[in-house]
Amino acid sequence: MKTQKIGAWLAIFFGASYFIVPLIATFEFSLRMRRGEYSFDAYRSVFSDVQFRESFSYSIVMAILTIIFGVLLVVPTAYWVRLRLPQMRPVVEFITLMPLVIPAIVIVFGYLRIYNSSSYIPFTGSARGTDALLMFSFMTLSLPYMYRSVDTAMRTIDVGTLTEAAQSLGASWPTIMFKCIFPNVMSGVLSGAFITFAIVIGEFTMPSLLNRPAFGPYLQLIGANRAYEPPALAVIAFAITWGCMVLLQLVSRFSKSAPSKP
Amino acid sequence: MSFLELAGIQKSFGPVQVVKDFDMTIEKGEFVSFLGPSGCGKTTILRMIAGFETPSAGTVVINGRNQNELKPNQRNIGMVFQAYALFPNMTVHDNVAFGLKIAGMEKSAVDARVKEMLGLIHLDHLADRYPYQMSGGQQQRVALARALAPKPQVLLLDEPLSALDAKIRVSLREEIRMIQQQLGITTVFVTHDQEEALSISDRIVVMNGGRADQIGTPFDIYNKPATRFVASFVGTLNLIEAKVVDPATNRIIIGDQEITLREPLGSIAKAGDKVSLALRPEAGSIAEGAKGDTALTGAVISSNFLGSVIRTRMKVGDAVISFDMFNAPGLMPPAVSEIATLRFTASDLLIIRE
Repeated sequence: MKTQKIGAWLAIFFGASYFIVPLIATFEFSLRMRRGEYSFDAYRSVFSDVQFRESFSYSIVMAILTIIFGVLLVVPTAYWVRLRLPQMRPVVEFITLMPLVIPAIVIVFGYLRIYNSSSYIPFTGSARGTDALLMFSFMTLSLPYMYRSVDTAMRTIDVGTLTEAAQSLGASWPTIMFKCIFPNVMSGVLSGAFITFAIVIGEFTMPSLLNRPAFGPYLQLIGANRAYEPPALAVIAFAITWGCMVLLQLVSRFSKSAPSKP
Repeated sequence: MSFLELAGIQKSFGPVQVVKDFDMTIEKGEFVSFLGPSGCGKTTILRMIAGFETPSAGTVVINGRNQNELKPNQRNIGMVFQAYALFPNMTVHDNVAFGLKIAGMEKSAVDARVKEMLGLIHLDHLADRYPYQMSGGQQQRVALARALAPKPQVLLLDEPLSALDAKIRVSLREEIRMIQQQLGITTVFVTHDQEEALSISDRIVVMNGGRADQIGTPFDIYNKPATRFVASFVGTLNLIEAKVVDPATNRIIIGDQEITLREPLGSIAKAGDKVSLALRPEAGSIAEGAKGDTALTGAVISSNFLGSVIRTRMKVGDAVISFDMFNAPGLMPPAVSEIATLRFTASDLLIIRE
């Protein structure tokens, strides 16, 4: 029994060190900008860079917009599939999994062919149009995670009966959606939102090929031209991603209400 | 004109017709139960009244207004579900207030009505609780208060007691009946539990295969079952096959024992025909000095102690007849193989028309 426990701990230790050692090494290297002593100069340099602030702000705004539009697309879809079109579930699940199968570069080239400035829907004809296209492409990338999070949350409530209860009390569809369904799948929505946030912050391919000033291309640019700032940026990106993960855990743990059980 | 009218209601799901030509009228303030086995169409009728299903044919009229064209949220119908269906993100107060806020009532009026409703179900002290912090019985009472709060014209109860344990079920059904009588609200109750239906209804509709086999008072349904199905579904019943000896004098033969029926046989069967008879277990007794103008003798097959009663089965010809005796100190149940004489009144033996 004791030997088994030691074995398990050793396995965890080796597994964890596989992830943690490179991180520690990256962090340690990011502190070596000043010769002979550790300092946060690389971080200072990164944070004082106007391009960093601009690209990071741009990505945060894009992430927030992606989350808002993603939620408005996914929650009603998952709700409708559960309520009225259960036979469409395999089709919808297949569609939402496509971004995992088709590489981002293929998707973005497809967009460029369909929505270029000489097409019928010339998204790339203006900066705002390209921003919108980029946001839709982020929505596509986050679809597998957002849909599954929301669908799983929806599974914990009796969507059909809650809808009928609300209808019998005189509620219209918007009221049902925003007062009865949304609040009860909020943990799923937030889980999906945080994953979406992490994806948007780190995504390189789409903003790069659409030529938008996002954080992903900035990371690549700095990595190609500087020595100490890239590891500092990598640590910052890790911190943001992990921060999202922690928030995700907290949200799922502190979701206030639980479904009523018959 | 009746308050709730169901005229020529039919409902099909694909090739399967689940409700067949259903007609019924319900008076204002009446408590009507739909009783039947799973798949008999009772819940489908309820859902058509609520507007969750559209009839394939026929009309639902409430208070003189055809409801077919109205959406569920336009019908002003209160509904209580088996699974409670309380909104998990709202407190008890907010659940009860939900329909009132949608109706556009002012906050002070909403609070007053919620307080009144919670007082009615004796849960005013739990107004700030969430559904998951309450027992099943409490949740169902809140669901009832929520359904009643907007003063619906009809209250629909879809097996509201099925998910509760036996004790709570009995107390809650009494509470439901009391509240219904107090408010005088027209109520349609769906259940597969005959005891529930018999104990709280003004009238019962016994459903079978999408049709109403019998509509009547609990007393009529139990004592005068119209069909073999009603007889077998409501209560415990002995179904006995007998042969007509002389229809003019109502003489029949069970096994090798000839008895006389009280109900006239003349128009139903001729000599030599077989007829189905029904006898409730509580109608007969083998006790010494038992009253009854009719007797059947047979061998006891089994005798089971059920607490308040002892149920004994005896064989008469090919028929097996069960009868109950109230438990009493010193009462000796008959032994297996003992020959016993069952006495009952001839009027308790009912002829079952198919």
